[in-house]
Amino acid sequence: MLNTLVKAIAPNMYRYDEFDAQFVGERVNQFAGQVARRLSGELTEDQFKPLRLMNGLYLQLHAYMLRIAVPYGTLSSRQMRKLAHIARTYDKNFGHFTTRTNLQFNWIKLVDVPKILRELADVEMHCIQTSGNCVRNVTSDQFAGATGEEIEDPRPLAEIIRQWSSLHPEFVFLARKFKIAVGATETDRAALQWHDMAVQIVRNQQGRVGYKVMAGGGMGRTPYIAHVMSEFVQREDILAYLEAVLRVYNQDSRRDNIHKQRIKILINTIGPEEMRRRVQREFEELKRMGTLQLPREELDRIAAYFAAPKFETGLSDAMPDAGPDFANWVKTNVHQHKAPGYAIATITLKTPGQVPGDATSEQMEAIADLMDRFSLGEVRVTHEQNLVLPHVKKQDLPAIHAKLKELDFASPNAGLITDIIACPGLDYCDLANARSIPIAQKLAKRFEDLDRQHRIGELKIKISGCINACGHHHAGHIGILGVDKKGVEFYQLVLGGSGAEDASVGTIMGPGFGEHEIGDAVERVVDVYLAERTDGERFLDTYRRIGMEKFKAAAYQGAAAA
Amino acid sequence: MTKLIKSGAYAQDNFSPVADDAPLPEGAVIVSLARFQKDRAALLARNTPVGVRLQSSENPELLGADVNHFALVALEFPKFRDGRAFSWARLLRTRLGFTGEIRAVGDFLYDQVNYQHRVGFDAWEVPDHFTLEMFNRALSEITNVYQPSTDGKKTIRELRAALK
Repeated sequence: MLNTLVKAIAPNMYRYDEFDAQFVGERVNQFAGQVARRLSGELTEDQFKPLRLMNGLYLQLHAYMLRIAVPYGTLSSRQMRKLAHIARTYDKNFGHFTTRTNLQFNWIKLVDVPKILRELADVEMHCIQTSGNCVRNVTSDQFAGATGEEIEDPRPLAEIIRQWSSLHPEFVFLARKFKIAVGATETDRAALQWHDMAVQIVRNQQGRVGYKVMAGGGMGRTPYIAHVMSEFVQREDILAYLEAVLRVYNQDSRRDNIHKQRIKILINTIGPEEMRRRVQREFEELKRMGTLQLPREELDRIAAYFAAPKFETGLSDAMPDAGPDFANWVKTNVHQHKAPGYAIATITLKTPGQVPGDATSEQMEAIADLMDRFSLGEVRVTHEQNLVLPHVKKQDLPAIHAKLKELDFASPNAGLITDIIACPGLDYCDLANARSIPIAQKLAKRFEDLDRQHRIGELKIKISGCINACGHHHAGHIGILGVDKKGVEFYQLVLGGSGAEDASVGTIMGPGFGEHEIGDAVERVVDVYLAERTDGERFLDTYRRIGMEKFKAAAYQGAAAA
Repeated sequence: MTKLIKSGAYAQDNFSPVADDAPLPEGAVIVSLARFQKDRAALLARNTPVGVRLQSSENPELLGADVNHFALVALEFPKFRDGRAFSWARLLRTRLGFTGEIRAVGDFLYDQVNYQHRVGFDAWEVPDHFTLEMFNRALSEITNVYQPSTDGKKTIRELRAALK
């Protein structure tokens, strides 16, 4: 067994000190007490609900779902093995990586939750604020610390935000959930502009590094792209600025209509100018008080945890030749690393036919072995529900690819039409109107032919089983929204969305398609693109150039639209 | 029945709540913001303490310069999910410099008492089954904190720095 041969490597990532460990330990005990009070009947389900949600515990259609935080998507091999163990011991031997870069288990028993939390605490993990109306898990760029494009590694700031927002006394009973992302490159892999609040690390004209802060993005039934709150916040002011935004939100958001309580609604009601004015007032007061100022030493101290590993020098920077399958995989799933001789490798959890984002215990353990052998003990979870080995030697790529083939995770489809995001949908979720997973599976099978996928090029399909948009359909080049019409599932097409630096909200094409028609409709839309595209145009570019009309005409041809 | 916990002990509640249309009794009273605005002159002329009870949609800044005439501001939780009062308490203690009693009233949970304590509440109107032992337990479940708040508690960052 590979398992016994491979020694777990501690990667350069944040490590708990005694304070973090005590905090998480006490939080586990606190939640264990809340579970006991629920089981004894002291707490009603109505009272227990926000408490359990704040700890990532949902009641779904069939069972409890437990969502485990993977801060900014970074996992060590030791943590990955623990997740595999939990899946095997307490669930049905698999877990699901989510669009918030978390991992969730769908078949958890309430009585087991305190035990699971203690096991997680052993590997410096928790479920704090992975749900509920509070600040959620902070996400970031999956290529952080590995790409040469970034101004600096965004994860230290993400970790500082994680700590500041953990059980923040003022902001644990917000009007709605609040999602924060941090990026450090022009190319946006973290969907920054779709967040309640986002920080982009930037350099100003004087060459100083600081933070651009955006707020008011969000999906759901009223999708909005974020507004810029400040083009440049000084490093030491960032927590004061973020707290100012949250404070205005907590004070001024509506509380009378759950569908109008996200910060996007507040900002688009009062206008971004007025929002900036209110934030500025709070910010100036917080800055004057000084207690939230972030000393340079603290930023440096946290950044030291994420120091770049010692990359070997003198490695060949040439891509090895290992056959056409390997070459295809390299084309889509391997990206440029900042160190010569190294690469970033994406493991798509999207083999056509599989449930997007799912991995079994055995697969998780095998990936943990790959992490130790080839990627300095580290993996990243992406918001597109894939995994990334951030630091691999190019010379090791053929061995990695061969192992992934054994695991059935070697699909060369990162960013292609079969690399589909899908929410759990009606198979698990009690909010859903329609199933998402089978639609994703069938579409991936339909477009399985690799030559065709590569011919189509970058095309992001995102599927949500209801208007809450957990499958990011608004941001899909092709989005699919499941709706329920008199007990029958229908699927609307949404075209032209983007979650990247060119963020845009997709446009609904028209009435929905039946479960058995949606595949043909997507196919006809893709055919229009192939016929209309000019050299180098992605699907999104063609759509933006020619508009909806031709796509719509083709999609409804022969379909009994409902 | 409810009882009062103040500054870490059971306390006698000396304030009488007064309905908007009821005559003002002798002694300390708690009135709504609307009643205060209507009878401001008469209330401020009294030599007995005056408290105001704010609904969760009422920003304490509405009290203006009068804020320091109040002995007590009661902040209402209409539902425990409505967390606006966490910001109102903090605003009272910092921007408005209010040093009187800030009392939590309405529908809040044991599990929120520690957060209330951190942002500046110092009095709690609790149901009968809520004991002082529970109150103290609520405050001690999590020893250290990551962020500064009104309580002035040292943050984990400061504790770390002190270890060096």
